[in-house]
Amino acid sequence: MNIIVCIKQVPETTDVRINPETNTLIREGVKSIINPFDAYAIEEGVRLKERFGGKVTVVTMGPPQADAALREAISLGADEGVLVCDRAFAGSDTWATSYTLSGAIKKIGAFDLIICGKQASDGDTAQVGPGISTHLNIPQVTYVKKVEDASEKSMRVERLMEEGYEVIETPLPALLTVVKEINEPRLPSLKGMMKSKSAKITVWGQKDLNLDPQNIGLCGSPTQVVKIFTPPQRSGGQMLTGEATEIAEKLVSAIKDALL
Amino acid sequence: MDYLLNDEQKMVKELAHKIAEEKIRPVAAKYDVSEEYPWDIMKVIAEAGLFGLFIPEEYGGMCVNVMNLCLATEELSRACGGIAVCYAASALGTFPIVLFGNDEQKKKYLPDLASGKKVAAFGITEPEAGSDASAIKTTAKKVGDHYILNGLKHFITNGGDAETYVVIAMTDKTKGARGASAFIVEKGTPGFTFGKKEDKFGIRASSTRELIFTDCKIPAANLLAREGMGFIVTMRTFDMSRPGVAAQALGIAQGALELAVKYTKERHQFGKSISSFQGIQWMLADMATEVEAARGLVYSTARMVDAGVKDVSKDSAMAKMYASDVAMKVTVDALQLFGGYGYMKDYPIEKYVRDAKITQIYEGTNQIQRGIIALALIREMAK
Repeated sequence: MNIIVCIKQVPETTDVRINPETNTLIREGVKSIINPFDAYAIEEGVRLKERFGGKVTVVTMGPPQADAALREAISLGADEGVLVCDRAFAGSDTWATSYTLSGAIKKIGAFDLIICGKQASDGDTAQVGPGISTHLNIPQVTYVKKVEDASEKSMRVERLMEEGYEVIETPLPALLTVVKEINEPRLPSLKGMMKSKSAKITVWGQKDLNLDPQNIGLCGSPTQVVKIFTPPQRSGGQMLTGEATEIAEKLVSAIKDALL
Repeated sequence: MDYLLNDEQKMVKELAHKIAEEKIRPVAAKYDVSEEYPWDIMKVIAEAGLFGLFIPEEYGGMCVNVMNLCLATEELSRACGGIAVCYAASALGTFPIVLFGNDEQKKKYLPDLASGKKVAAFGITEPEAGSDASAIKTTAKKVGDHYILNGLKHFITNGGDAETYVVIAMTDKTKGARGASAFIVEKGTPGFTFGKKEDKFGIRASSTRELIFTDCKIPAANLLAREGMGFIVTMRTFDMSRPGVAAQALGIAQGALELAVKYTKERHQFGKSISSFQGIQWMLADMATEVEAARGLVYSTARMVDAGVKDVSKDSAMAKMYASDVAMKVTVDALQLFGGYGYMKDYPIEKYVRDAKITQIYEGTNQIQRGIIALALIREMAK
């Protein structure tokens, strides 16, 4: 099974600071990591490879330093890494990003499955995975929490819902986005780390990919970020202490006071 | 301080650090209370490939490298001295086979130890033979193509949980120390049973049991090296493993220091963080300097062993003695910095004091280490 895993390098913090003038994230001084949801995608890719054989290729679009994220993925069991990197791609929204990544995937060639994390921890859009499947015209199953079984031509997965889950059978090739319930990502192995150190990362820019220049980067992005801000912090709650009956009384009177 | 680690050493350190922070630290207190053997963590360490650090590549490991083993042990010990010793004790039980095993023995035992499928243990100590190892009473009598073992080993780390044991027994009592031999004994061999599990002050995640041999019949092929080589096997093994014990002490000290720095920054008294008080700062400065000095000794000794320097007994003894004395002092000082909270089991620091203590005792008490150092000094002067 040839598997492609799409990952994103994100800042290691939920407390992202924003430059109010440029409306972009301040990345200086913040360590970069693989988007936590993508770690589950890598793990699932490696597990499927271990189960069915084949190869895992990891793809990311980002600045040159995203090379580190691809090497980390290789240390976790992926076989190859492709970095899609060009100034022309800067400012891409989710549409342009998924278009560009689908171009890279076409160039990689034959594949059976694409796996993405359900969303990135910085942008939180959950749009790039579904976008890629649309550009490639293949089926997508989002929020997958378990791969039940797979054959050469199809795959049966469980899709997490608010209450319960759906069992979906999809023909292959297909794209899955995965949730954290799907597995527990492994730690790297020493051998994997050594392999990742010397691994050759393929770097593709605009001229390597057959892309419509009108659909990439900032000008190829139909959405523009008008304003980005940190929501004001909610004021701290009040802790009620005492015996259960006491707390209940205090709570009722607090609610009454608030409503009046 | 920059120890100019190469890429491989940096990877070992980074990986062991990750295991320590993500897998060990969250469960350290749990295992300290339950005293269960931490099989789930051993599995993680195995999958990461860290058991390969003391086994040659041709037998499934990475290569025998004491510096790498020290880096791994130090990082694991930062989070839990008990879990780290389960790992390090397997190295101790494996070294005799690596150093003295013939190809057949290595092929039979090392691959499973390298993959972490099995762990090892080393058995020399007896109730009446601690520091005086020549007083051991366990015997091995050759009968045909077998040896019959009788006797009792105690305080054996990984005892009962390990599958592969290297045991020192007397094959010829009349020859004293030269009458001892080393044997590989597998768990499950008839006549080989385990005594009580010790209830310990510290390193409680690790198991410590008696090994009981009652007419235990093992194949003659399980003899390591030759008859009479038991003490040479032991001494050479300790030369390899002693820096590891020093690294364990170093890791415990480093872990306690980090917790102390963090706590003194967070703890406010008299309207300020207590780390702003000179009395506290001077304690932290002394602790950090001593830990760094210990690290210098441990790494230098490990590098000497890897470089094949012939006699490392003195250096190895210095590293083990100094690092463990530092661990004891630094952990006690760290607890002091936590004040009353530090004395409570709700806080992690008291465990570091308990875990540190054993490093002054096992693999040769620090009094024995001082004896080794002094003897070497006097010998050097006589040259």
